Amino acid sequence: MNKRDPLEESPPGLTSRRSFLDILLGATLFAWLGSMIYPVIRFLIPPKQPDLNVSSLDAGMADAFKRNTAKILRFGRKPVILVRKKGGEFKALSATCTHLDCTVQYKDDTEQIWCACHNGLYDLEGRNISGPPPKPLTPFNVTVKENKIFVTRDESA
Amino acid sequence: MSVTSWLQERFDIAAVQKFAAKKQVPVFFGTVWYYLGGVSLFLFILQVLTGILLSLYYQPGAATAYESVKFIVSKVEFGWLMREIHSWSANLFVFFIFLHMFTVFFSKAYRKPRELTWVSGMILLALAMVFGFSGYLLPWNELAYFATKVGTDIAGAVPFIGSFLTQVLRAGDEVSGATLSRFYSIHTAILPLVFIVFLGIHLIMIQVQGMSVPEAQENVPPEKKKTMPFFPNFVVRDLMLWLIMLNVIALLAVFFPWEIGLKADPLTSAPAGIRPEWYFMFMFQTLKLLPAHLWFLEGEVFGILMFGVGGIIWLLVPFLEKPKYTKLWTSVGVGIVLYMIVLTAWGYLV
Ligand code: FES
Repeated sequence: MNKRDPLEESPPGLTSRRSFLDILLGATLFAWLGSMIYPVIRFLIPPKQPDLNVSSLDAGMADAFKRNTAKILRFGRKPVILVRKKGGEFKALSATCTHLDCTVQYKDDTEQIWCACHNGLYDLEGRNISGPPPKPLTPFNVTVKENKIFVTRDESA
Repeated sequence: MSVTSWLQERFDIAAVQKFAAKKQVPVFFGTVWYYLGGVSLFLFILQVLTGILLSLYYQPGAATAYESVKFIVSKVEFGWLMREIHSWSANLFVFFIFLHMFTVFFSKAYRKPRELTWVSGMILLALAMVFGFSGYLLPWNELAYFATKVGTDIAGAVPFIGSFLTQVLRAGDEVSGATLSRFYSIHTAILPLVFIVFLGIHLIMIQVQGMSVPEAQENVPPEKKKTMPFFPNFVVRDLMLWLIMLNVIALLAVFFPWEIGLKADPLTSAPAGIRPEWYFMFMFQTLKLLPAHLWFLEGEVFGILMFGVGGIIWLLVPFLEKPKYTKLWTSVGVGIVLYMIVLTAWGYLV
């Protein structure tokens, strides 16, 4: 004869009491685990640093900035690339490649913006023209006042 | 009373001795493959020893990490040697694990009853790669800084938990000194613990089940089968090989030192020639070649999904492979090896 679970033959009241206890035990265990793990997960997430509320950046003297060159500046926490074109105009773009986050650089021979990490190319308007970058670079505003260059966030972008 | 009998009265060590004395290693054309796991083990031991030594001087932190590595290699006596051995054995460690994994794959040694040994081995391989990835950042140089930016950004493409992962790995929105602290802890506390657990499981399973023998050898008539005792014959050969490895590493350390490079600076452009450690190169190169958009996905997401799914299939090979399709699996394996070699070479040449 097969061995039977003694509970199967026990009165129905007992079985349901048993499964009720199982559920209770399971739920307690679950809650207990949750109360252990939750603080750990919260601990792992770094606290939000207040965004350095930069709205404008003093980028130095305009006449000292050579044509067909570029500089990387820190705008809050993010890098921005400020290019002086051959013709003398300025252009500022986010320097963070839209592909995988590398910092881009200016190529003076082709007058383009290049990302060395995976060979991504952008034109001076920030449009992604070849390679893996999926999106254009975010533009910033540049104004020159009394020979001083200011970079500001482009609110329209 | 001898030590052995003292112990025997308390623990049944005679059983262990008997087991060790009885254990035989098959001798045939493939015996050399049996040494690969042992060599990997030795390299891991070297990692632990040199890693502990380096940790005596290394200081994590954006302002100190690079300087302390410089200090180790230029001021501390034999500091250069410890760092070189650590780097070289780390690279060889990953290399030998890969080699070990592929020989196991092609000799079908993962088949029943060794499915779980394969799975534990694959976990060790993955851990070794995370070891490499986290250790790469520790000198806080330019190459590693950008490789880490890219690597942690890739983690962001994991469905659902991606941005959480990137945040947790970077300890913020950007790779910074906080990231370095985290990687240091991962590299020197979390990974060693987890690795040793899986290593223990892996080794116990191998001892319990014995060496796998390929089918061709299995069918050799018994009178022609040769074996050698595991102890001492095989063990002595193992140790000899370890000694040779140590000498090779010392030579490599002296003649082909690893550069420290320039200190990481978040305000510089990524320099040309950015690359991860060589064992990530085939994936890195793939990402470089994928177009910006593929199908309805961004190129990078497509690449990551492909490697993710591929990795999971590879992990489950022992459960998926059926003897009927042996040839097919072997050619898939050959294809993968070729793909990895070609893309790695490509990554370095162009
Ligand atoms: S990160 Fe710029 S092209 Fe990949």
